[in-house]
Amino acid sequence: MVTSVTSFSRTGLSDWLIQRVTSLVLLAYFIVIAYQLLGSVDYTSWRLLFDQTWMKVFTLMAALSLAAHSWIGLWSVFTDYLTERMLGPKGNIIRLLCQLGASLALVGYVFWVVVIIWS
Amino acid sequence: MRTPILLAAIGQHQRPYRYAVTNITLRVNVRPTSRDTRPVNLDLGTIDLPVTAYASITHRVTGVLMFFASFLMLWALDLSLASEASFNRLGDLASSPLAKGVTWAIASILTYHALAGIKHLIMDAGIGETMRGGVLGARIVFVLAAISAGVWGLLIW
Repeated sequence: MVTSVTSFSRTGLSDWLIQRVTSLVLLAYFIVIAYQLLGSVDYTSWRLLFDQTWMKVFTLMAALSLAAHSWIGLWSVFTDYLTERMLGPKGNIIRLLCQLGASLALVGYVFWVVVIIWS
Repeated sequence: MRTPILLAAIGQHQRPYRYAVTNITLRVNVRPTSRDTRPVNLDLGTIDLPVTAYASITHRVTGVLMFFASFLMLWALDLSLASEASFNRLGDLASSPLAKGVTWAIASILTYHALAGIKHLIMDAGIGETMRGGVLGARIVFVLAAISAGVWGLLIW
């Protein structure tokens, strides 16, 4: 049986709220990025943008939001389809392995962003 | 046999009398447990899905795809900021037909996912929560996403 033990915040209500708050951060971030890329962007202006403190903080917030948002979204997908009922006795193992892989990747994403922004 | 999804989801089409005979009101709202051996029909191929279901499934699929696309986007961000030489190298890479296709796909996938997410937020605010509102919202999302995909294509090529 699927339990909430691997959900992001252990309760559906707070996962629901986190999913929405992080979606707004990501939406705002991608709008800013798209706006920049649609203009004529060269290395100097691009570098200058990411050298500003607000952009570094915004990018880190977007990375943390991406991690939380993906965790909650993937948890919903995994616990719906990667189950014993859908996949047989190995369902729980497959789901936990996928969650392990996804969480490692997300930690890697956040770490990668930190390295990109502060190096 | 094709079964309307709502009836299939609550299992009423197979056992119309079960809830009426035992534990009249309580049973209906109890979540099935692992000991529950009643058959569940969630074989999507046998269920008539409304447009809202396709919008929801697409939202999920695009979300999973964005998880993988994030890797490519981070890689591009890394290259773009590492040095002026790598910035220019990324520019050269991005002008190949394959890279343009991938960029278009990621932009379109992300736009669909964002539009479907905005629809969710609007519905959370209590707007369009009815069956008709849900169907209309799903159609609007599909139409806007298709238009956006076209615009992304024009911008990229």
